[in-house]
Amino acid sequence: MLKINNLHASIDEKSILKGLNLEVNAGEVHAIMGPNGAGKSTFANIVAGKEDYDVSNGTIELNGEDISELAPEERAHNGVFLSFQYPVEIPGVSVTNFIKTAINESRKARGLEDMPAKDMLKKIREKSELLEIDRKFLSRSLNEGFSGGEKKRNEIFQMAMLEPKLAILDETDSGLDIDALRIVANGVNKLKSKDNAVIVITHYQRLLDYIVPDFVHVLHDGKIVKTGDASLALELEAKGYDWIKKELV
Amino acid sequence: MSKYTEEDLEKELKTKEYEYGFYTDIESETFAKGLNEDVVRAISKKKNEPEWMTEWRLEAYRVWKKMTEPDWANVHYPKPNFQDIAYYSAPKKKPKLNSLDEVDPDLLDTFKKLGISIDEQKKLANVAVDIVMDSVSVATTFKKTLGEKGIIFMPISEAIQEHPELVKKYLGTVVPTSDNFYAALNSAVFSDGSFCYIPKGVKCPMELSTYFRINEGGTGQFERTLVVADEGSYVSYLEGCTAPQRDENQLHAAVVELVAMDDAEIKYSTVQNWFPGDENGKGGVFNFVTKRGLCETNAKISWTQVETGSAVTWKYPSCILKGNNSVGEFYSIAVTNHYQQADTGTKMIHLGKNTKSTIISKGISAGKSQNSYRGLVQINSRAENARNFSQCDSLLMGNACGAHTFPYIETKNKSAQIEHEATTSKIGEDQLFYCNQRGIDTEKAIALIVNGFSKEVLNKLPMEFAVEAQKLLEISLEGSVG
Repeated sequence: MLKINNLHASIDEKSILKGLNLEVNAGEVHAIMGPNGAGKSTFANIVAGKEDYDVSNGTIELNGEDISELAPEERAHNGVFLSFQYPVEIPGVSVTNFIKTAINESRKARGLEDMPAKDMLKKIREKSELLEIDRKFLSRSLNEGFSGGEKKRNEIFQMAMLEPKLAILDETDSGLDIDALRIVANGVNKLKSKDNAVIVITHYQRLLDYIVPDFVHVLHDGKIVKTGDASLALELEAKGYDWIKKELV
Repeated sequence: MSKYTEEDLEKELKTKEYEYGFYTDIESETFAKGLNEDVVRAISKKKNEPEWMTEWRLEAYRVWKKMTEPDWANVHYPKPNFQDIAYYSAPKKKPKLNSLDEVDPDLLDTFKKLGISIDEQKKLANVAVDIVMDSVSVATTFKKTLGEKGIIFMPISEAIQEHPELVKKYLGTVVPTSDNFYAALNSAVFSDGSFCYIPKGVKCPMELSTYFRINEGGTGQFERTLVVADEGSYVSYLEGCTAPQRDENQLHAAVVELVAMDDAEIKYSTVQNWFPGDENGKGGVFNFVTKRGLCETNAKISWTQVETGSAVTWKYPSCILKGNNSVGEFYSIAVTNHYQQADTGTKMIHLGKNTKSTIISKGISAGKSQNSYRGLVQINSRAENARNFSQCDSLLMGNACGAHTFPYIETKNKSAQIEHEATTSKIGEDQLFYCNQRGIDTEKAIALIVNGFSKEVLNKLPMEFAVEAQKLLEISLEGSVG
């Protein structure tokens, strides 16, 4: 599904990704772990198409198509979803209105009519129940005054509504208490299928107790330096990132 | 990667042409340019007005002659030469209309381009339209339904003939002829406008609506509107304006007077998109408008405005809260782009006890425009327990525009409670990326963010016009992609 080859990227002349390789197939869950400043969020933003970065080398392929020249919204239309670490506020735009607009813009890009209101409502009801979201929450302004947990739950709600092929969850566990973490992880697990893939970016093992990855990658200094199965995450948790750094020397 | 930045958007906005820039070729009868007592008399005679009306106009003209144009507003423009303006223009073929088939096809076409075809409007449930085109009303609908309730809704020129006692009683009582330079000018030369009277205890069953257009090149438009809501009555009134593209600046100096008697309520909504001038600031309408309402005991007046047009706007819809427990509200969205300049706001004059006022102003500036909020909250010494809440928010797009807030507060009573909040924000790159990531392109994202920013005011508009206003905001800011 996603194939990243020798990706190099910098921001303000500062090199961040230095030859990143990654292949993710449909039906798989990958975890990317690594210390602060390793380039985890940069990786997520570049796949989603954020334009602040200078991509000097490498390719990003989604289902065999090079997407590195596509605008962020075009990547979204092709099934890329990013759950933001820090979701932004949009005052006066309700969660419902926002997700309705997002769905209909994606449909428009595929030459489809707007989703009928009845279907939209049904879907909203279904997905909000999945994430234990109160109906009142949906009429609030997007992310305005939301708690950390509400913001993340809202991200996964949008993911559920948009049904992406590739979802990247950027530190979705940060700022979540244990109950919210369970709800969010449960939501992600229910959305998993053999046709989509999930990349979980996290510092900690905690989230991976709930969303069990098929592969764990350690990102360090702009490169994936170690790949293993779920047990690698436990090992990291026990030994700390210094272990990896020492191993590299 | 195709990078779509705010600068690209700005470029796009620059090339956007005024959607309503067409000119209807209808034969018009226009007076020679210039203004003197004879011209004032001629206008009055043309309209077959009674003696008292002619005298009223002449008195206004004499006052005006002694006045000078105000220059305190935060706007800069070449002062119009008032002797170089034609003060009367009427479509020459003035049809007596029994049905729409009799309307000049060119005129109907114009309405269609504006998206306000009367056919459509007639079908639109509960909307009565009195269309003013170059100063003379050419079509009135729904008159019968209103008539059954005793509601009078007609061109003010006809009201002067048919209901002189009402017009004489209220005209100039809220905005006196000597009020200001433009109001005095309007009083002397007003060509037409609307008159509305709601009898005691009557709730007007439909939104009353007027569309104004400036059509003939070089003619000023001086509309006069008078709405009187008698005791315990209710009316919701909407005024919408578009003007075709013109190279020379056109002057628009309207006066709107509202009278809300005891326990009456008037909602007055405006959607204004007069030609704003082109990307270089050439052309566009000068909009110098005086709007004011008087509230008696327990009465309520709400002004809601969506202002996207005009090269220069000078406009302060105000409320005089004369009666005890009366309420004044002002909800405004002002959008400026290119070289547009807007100096707009409100005045809330608290005279009675327990009077309340609310001001919500949303200014959106793009291009090289200047957008100013100017508001006065005045609490008189006898106005015990008066309350005001003001909120002024500005949204900036790009680095070349300006947003200004000039709130004035004068209070002579210690029991007054006044709150003022103001914010200024910019559309953030991170907001745009967030929307893009969810499949929403930048153009649509800006529309979404602007609509969210304006929501509190859009919600105050009658349903069918809220949709229109939302569309107008998008047109004004989006450019013409795709």
